[in-house]
Amino acid sequence: MKKLSVLSILIAAVSLTFSQVSLAACGEIVLGSAISLTGKYATNGIHAKNGYEYAIQKIKENGGVKIDGKCYNFKVIYYDDESKGDRGATLAERLISQDKVSFMLGPYSSGMTKAIAPVTEKYQIPMVEAEGASRSLFNKGYKYLFAVLSTSEQYLASAVALAAEMAEKSGKKASSVKVAIAVENDPFSLDIRAGVSEDAAKFGMKVVIDEKLPRDLSDMSAILTKVKLLKPDLLIVSGHSKGAATAVRQMEEQNIKVPMIAITHCEAADVTGKFGDAANDILCSTQWAETLAYKDPMFGSAAEYEMGFKKAFSEYKDKKVPYQTAQATAAVYVYKDAFERAGSMDKEKVRNALSATDMMTFYGGIKFSAAGNNIAKPMVLRQIQNGKYNVVAPSAFASHKLNWPRK
Amino acid sequence: MDQILGNIGLLFEFPVVNLKIILDGIMIGALFALAAYGLALVWGVMNVKNLAQGDFVISGGYVSWWLVQHGFPALLGVPVAFVVMWGIGWVIYKLVISRVIERDLFTSLLATFGLAIMMAQILNLMFGSDTQSVDLGYDTLYFFDGFIDVPIAKLIGVVMAMSLAAGVIIFMKSSRMGQAIRATAQDSRAARVMGIDTEKVYAFTFSLNSAICGAAGAIIVMVWLVQPFYGISYSIRAFVIVTAAGLGNLPGVIAAGLGIGALEQYGAHIFGIGYQQAVAVMLLLLILLYRLIQQRRNRQVLK
Repeated sequence: MKKLSVLSILIAAVSLTFSQVSLAACGEIVLGSAISLTGKYATNGIHAKNGYEYAIQKIKENGGVKIDGKCYNFKVIYYDDESKGDRGATLAERLISQDKVSFMLGPYSSGMTKAIAPVTEKYQIPMVEAEGASRSLFNKGYKYLFAVLSTSEQYLASAVALAAEMAEKSGKKASSVKVAIAVENDPFSLDIRAGVSEDAAKFGMKVVIDEKLPRDLSDMSAILTKVKLLKPDLLIVSGHSKGAATAVRQMEEQNIKVPMIAITHCEAADVTGKFGDAANDILCSTQWAETLAYKDPMFGSAAEYEMGFKKAFSEYKDKKVPYQTAQATAAVYVYKDAFERAGSMDKEKVRNALSATDMMTFYGGIKFSAAGNNIAKPMVLRQIQNGKYNVVAPSAFASHKLNWPRK
Repeated sequence: MDQILGNIGLLFEFPVVNLKIILDGIMIGALFALAAYGLALVWGVMNVKNLAQGDFVISGGYVSWWLVQHGFPALLGVPVAFVVMWGIGWVIYKLVISRVIERDLFTSLLATFGLAIMMAQILNLMFGSDTQSVDLGYDTLYFFDGFIDVPIAKLIGVVMAMSLAAGVIIFMKSSRMGQAIRATAQDSRAARVMGIDTEKVYAFTFSLNSAICGAAGAIIVMVWLVQPFYGISYSIRAFVIVTAAGLGNLPGVIAAGLGIGALEQYGAHIFGIGYQQAVAVMLLLLILLYRLIQQRRNRQVLK
């Protein structure tokens, strides 16, 4: 018994010295995040969490966050919101009032962000989020919410412009383009629909199919049959990964020939891996691609970011690093920049520094509007060409030519 | 409203679409019918209304998907899912169902509801929340200028579903165990008096139900897709079908399954795909109303 207690004191002493060493090296900035580790958003929630963790690790390796000549490392307290909005709001409350967190990182999905933002706003806690793109987040006058990603109505709107461009090139009028829209009935997809129909209206295009997909979609043959009958020139599908998987599989089965098809969540659904050639020539929107030429001193270029991340998280070795991860990393990076410019841990000062952010990152430019959304970064459209995702639009960033019409 | 009228117009403008809708409906209806038959079995024999029915289906899908990920041929997934889900069903019976079988309706509903939540979350933890599917890589047959498409994978799935249903029917009619199950369903006390080990019959019935669902799930993953939280939509359909057809009416279950499949496809075509499941639920309401009005008091047993 005596031996045991001596041993435990020894262990305690050793661990104490070690922890003191690391304490002396750098201080700690505690961030809080309620994020989906279980439930329907779990896959992407974990992608986001890994993105946060990679940024923290990388910042630590590069000497931490320097505030007033002292160095700090980030530490995040995570809670699992179970993909439920009310749970997310409760956990945000708990992070702020019990864990005394003064800075928040966002959850995954617009819905969850919408649930948490009123709480952070109430306590005047800055939140930098990377996964909530719904435009309804940025018309509420929130002052403490900052989003590094492009808002959702921009997601597939560029496909409309592209379809108009192709129509004119082939000698037809842009207004002759017929558009079919099939989106899930959730805030994110409804924004996409709004963006697409607004732009289609601008060109005078006709929307021939406009349907909402159910939450538990596994069969969309009814819509595809209509597509066959009404022959639209542009088909827009947004229904998270189930929408992407169902669409790609059943379009192949039903032999659907639409000149241009644009969908979301191609990578999350792994459409190239699962359905091979069936996914060819489909346009996928993305917030970010590793082939883009963006660069920063911390993570290097987009391609270097991807390599570094794969090294740190070996489970992504054979996959593409999803943009959800890249933007989560960018959110932490924005915090680092803001803390250093604020030169303080005061949340008001940090908030003001955040709102003055104007930086270039591996993820793209970041500059917040008064509403808190990022206005420095455009959406990217990529086309699946022989199983590879190649950037084709907007043409200023394009590395490849668009295959049109789709076979 | 314009869209609805336009959609109805399409049905008349292109009559061949009707055939396509009915075919699609029958193909998915066959799988609904399988899950519903398992539900009727458990309901009829042990008076347990299994709310986790759909989650058994999804679990079977994941068994098959897992096999394919590990290099096994996809068609093997159906028999393997049958066997594996049989085992899982037996364990669940011993752990949970056997304890609530003598209790009131509410207890068994709660227990199976809890089971449904547990199973969905376990699948989510094991396989992640992404949708999964197995691509058999077979061709698609086209008829009528490509308007009607019948993927060979779907055809195989339907044939498998039909042979499984036929196998179960023959088993129930002609084997000793099948007789014992039917006897227990008619009157469990009398069956016990006659020397039937009803406990064994219950365990067997529940395992059989789980196995049927598992095989259905393995077919579904080949033709559509699975996701840990999709179970509920199969549970709902199974309940609608059993309520529509009645407990003891096996041909009725199959007919109702196919009918609901087709009706849903029509609903999806006319009102939009977002209302596909609403059609099934509306149907349930109508049937319940009809039954209530009829006030039939005859006892129903599994024949």
